[in-house]
Amino acid sequence: MIPELGHFALILALCLSLVLAIMPMTGSLANIPRWVAMAKPAAWGQFFFTAIAFACLVNAFLSNDFSVAYVANHGNSLLPTVYKVSAVWGAHEGSLLLWALILSGWTIAVATLTSNLPAVMLARVLSVMGMISIGFMSFLLFTSNPFERVFPVPLEGGDLNPLLQDFGLAIHPPMLYMGYVGLSVAFSFAIAALIGGKLDATWARWSRPWTTVAWVFLTIGITLGSWWAYYELGWGGWWFWDPVENASFMPWLVATALIHSLAVTEKRGAFKRWTVLLSLMAFSLSLLGTFLVRSGVLTSVHSFAADPARGLFILIFLLIVIGGSLTLYAWRAPDVTSGGRFSTLSRETLLLGNNLLLVVITAFILLGTLAPLFYDAMGWGKISVGFPWFNTMFVIFTPLMVVLMGLGPMARWKHQAPAELLRTYRMALLASLAAGILVALPLLHDGSPWAGLAVFLSVWLVSSLLLSLRQRYRNRASIGKLLKNPAARGNGSYFGMVIAHLGVAVFIIGVTFVSLFEEEQDVRMSPGQSIDMAGYTFRFDGVRSVQGPNYRADQGTIVVTRAGKQEAQLTPEKRTYTVQTKPMTEAGINAGLMRDIYVSLGEGLGGGDWSLRLYYKPFVRWIWLGGLLIALGGLLAALDRRYRIGVRRYASTTAPASRKSLAPGA
Amino acid sequence: MSRYLRYLTPLLLFLLLAGLLYRGLSLDPKIVPSPLIGKPMPAFTLPRLADAGATISDTDLKGKVSALNIWATWCVSCRAEHEVLLELARTGKVDIYGLNYKDNRADAQRWLTQLGDPYIANAFDADGRTGIDWGVYGAPETFIMDKDGIIRHKHIGPLTREALEQEILPLIARLEAAQ
Amino acid sequence: MRLRLITLLTVCLLLCSGTLQASVTLEAFTFTNVDEEQRFKDLIEELRCLVCQNQSLIDSDAELAHDLRAEVYGMMQAGDSDAQIVDFLVARYGDFVLYSPPVKPSTWLIWFGPFVLLLVAALLLFRSLRRQQQAPQQDISDADRQRLEQIMTDSNADEDHQP
Repeated sequence: MIPELGHFALILALCLSLVLAIMPMTGSLANIPRWVAMAKPAAWGQFFFTAIAFACLVNAFLSNDFSVAYVANHGNSLLPTVYKVSAVWGAHEGSLLLWALILSGWTIAVATLTSNLPAVMLARVLSVMGMISIGFMSFLLFTSNPFERVFPVPLEGGDLNPLLQDFGLAIHPPMLYMGYVGLSVAFSFAIAALIGGKLDATWARWSRPWTTVAWVFLTIGITLGSWWAYYELGWGGWWFWDPVENASFMPWLVATALIHSLAVTEKRGAFKRWTVLLSLMAFSLSLLGTFLVRSGVLTSVHSFAADPARGLFILIFLLIVIGGSLTLYAWRAPDVTSGGRFSTLSRETLLLGNNLLLVVITAFILLGTLAPLFYDAMGWGKISVGFPWFNTMFVIFTPLMVVLMGLGPMARWKHQAPAELLRTYRMALLASLAAGILVALPLLHDGSPWAGLAVFLSVWLVSSLLLSLRQRYRNRASIGKLLKNPAARGNGSYFGMVIAHLGVAVFIIGVTFVSLFEEEQDVRMSPGQSIDMAGYTFRFDGVRSVQGPNYRADQGTIVVTRAGKQEAQLTPEKRTYTVQTKPMTEAGINAGLMRDIYVSLGEGLGGGDWSLRLYYKPFVRWIWLGGLLIALGGLLAALDRRYRIGVRRYASTTAPASRKSLAPGA
Repeated sequence: MSRYLRYLTPLLLFLLLAGLLYRGLSLDPKIVPSPLIGKPMPAFTLPRLADAGATISDTDLKGKVSALNIWATWCVSCRAEHEVLLELARTGKVDIYGLNYKDNRADAQRWLTQLGDPYIANAFDADGRTGIDWGVYGAPETFIMDKDGIIRHKHIGPLTREALEQEILPLIARLEAAQ
Repeated sequence: MRLRLITLLTVCLLLCSGTLQASVTLEAFTFTNVDEEQRFKDLIEELRCLVCQNQSLIDSDAELAHDLRAEVYGMMQAGDSDAQIVDFLVARYGDFVLYSPPVKPSTWLIWFGPFVLLLVAALLLFRSLRRQQQAPQQDISDADRQRLEQIMTDSNADEDHQP
């Protein structure tokens, strides 16, 4: 009964999506205010019914309703409650329903939090989001119905894949989806602006906080995924350049370019067409990712069960959404007037340069991901483009970006005299070079030049931030102002930038140092035996059997000491789950800011002996620390009060709220 | 006009991409084509499945159009294609040899007794090294060789009647007719 | 969308199921010294596990991966060079067994593509910079122009430290 209710709710949600997509948009074009006013109610209705559908599916899992095929495949009565809930989005159909729910959630967020946006513009934005909803709802209802029944009803469910029975992985998809779907807001704003023909700084100001928040979620989602892979997969890897990972990284890169481009459009009225194009591209890449994961076109450890029929549906959807938006762009963009001019050396150029670098990186990641498919389609044989290629390319291009990132904060808008820039950065450059060379020298064995490069780049970034901070707070008055009112307009954006860029520096150190200086040993150990590695002593204390809620495990005990003092007692496990019996490893990790000690259990070799993998991973946590800092920076920027105050004052005075009324395009 | 071209470029690029993706829907990324096609079959000498004392080698397959089928009892798809193999054997158009890949001898023999034996003879590749020489990466796989022992075709996956009718049998007929 | 979900592909066509292996241990191969072990690891990092979904031989737990690792180890012990080992596998499995594509004319697109893209981007950047700087400028008197410059520099000074 309840699954049918859910199914019916979904149908109603689709109907409301149709209303939302058609009527407000038509009303805005044909000047019918009553139709324009339907946007908000339709959005609410769509959300209401999607939420009901989602609740019904959750209920099916919680009540172990194995008559529903999806629950029968992925649920289980022994599953802990929290994983019964996360199992809802653990496979194709349910994850699509989550997508639809999050999409309708963002739609009502836009409907309610932008009450000062002109009704016509809001109506168009909501309509575009409604159109996207139509796509996902129809995909659900026509090809991937999560509420399908199965008969005869099995007595027990197939269980959620043990790898997914983990908190980190439970929230990773929702975070990612919040990001992808959030990018549809920027997309919708861009479409609405193209239709209306008004692509000015106001549009950028509206779009910016939404885009930043979406980007923050995406950052968290990707960071979570990487961290999860590290502790769950048993050999300490944290990024594989797998097609599905790339499919999440590409929208992130373009979204990063977008938030910076929006800054320029908002401030200087420049880059308008480029910003619009980026807005369209970011969400398009999100959709492309959906296609790649669910169509079976690429091999990936992450993909859902491949179904070319579903793939075709998504491809048609892509053609309509992306093709349509790019056609609109081709038609309307030429009429967009250009904004402020700027010299060859200026902050605008540096930002544009970095934008282009980000897009080039995105492009070659796409190239590498799709190359095997391309070669196969052209009949040129089968090739593999794997981790080593991606790494090489990424490591070559990223330093270029970081150098520009360092110059950005201190460069002037509109025109920067090269001599002045050189003067400003002289000490920073020297310090960075010195630090880099210092690190590269003493450890003159394999790989240390890379460490030197990483240190150079990080110190370069940090010194640029210090320069900027010193410039902004060069006298006591400015410091006083900051302390008196930390939440003043502009502070959020500024400190957001500082923290996010700091996060990048931390990330670079983490990635480089762990890759260069990690140590690993594959050993066979008997109980009581000790092995030394990286200054630590690992003593193996044997393996015993333990029982979990829905699994049985062999649990090893390894005591780690350093210079006689105990550092950690690790208990790596090898679990066999009751239903899906493929053995799974839980690594034993002693986490620290400067290093991780990581042990994973291999095979029992008889006589109490086991094979083990021992790892020493320096600076590995800096990778995710960097990611979190980046996300935090974005959050600070998005919460900047100027978006809220400025908005209200704009509505009441109809004059730009910005102080920079003299700057063109404000 | 060139102005508009500039703005049309993103759309054009996307359409090319969409075309590629559409083509991709009908391709299988997991299939690895064999570099051995057109080359002489790899030499091997292995014990026979039926009699551990006797050997079988690649020379036994020369002189006629032959097929080498890689199979094992632990492979579920091999079970599915067995019927088709029996049919192919019954046509008498090609000599089918088997490579029993990383299997248990007793199990394999029992399988053939229970399900029928389409093979002229079976080679027993216990450790899979010969499989590696043939570029085997999954069972079942079937190779078709011409009279000179040159590999002419590799069928990846279980044989189906469709594949038989559309690819295998016509190929065998062509190879028979040659010289 | 792209859930980190692995379906348990019951693909019997392949030697391993398509799940991400969470229990990989390198076999207990013995090496005479660290360099040799590193050479082995470098080799298997660059070779693809053919039955797996996008993993190299160092990451995969598939049976074929075990066999191929043993093969590489055996060849190393027999004194074969890296090139010989790689050629051996490529002769049997094709270029696909190389985890990253070989550098030959047919793969120049992949190896030089990123740099070509960079060049194209740089060209676009310079062209658009020149174009927007050559945009027609309205005539204003010199005095007015000076005043305008003054105002611009002032407002710039404030703006510079706003991101």
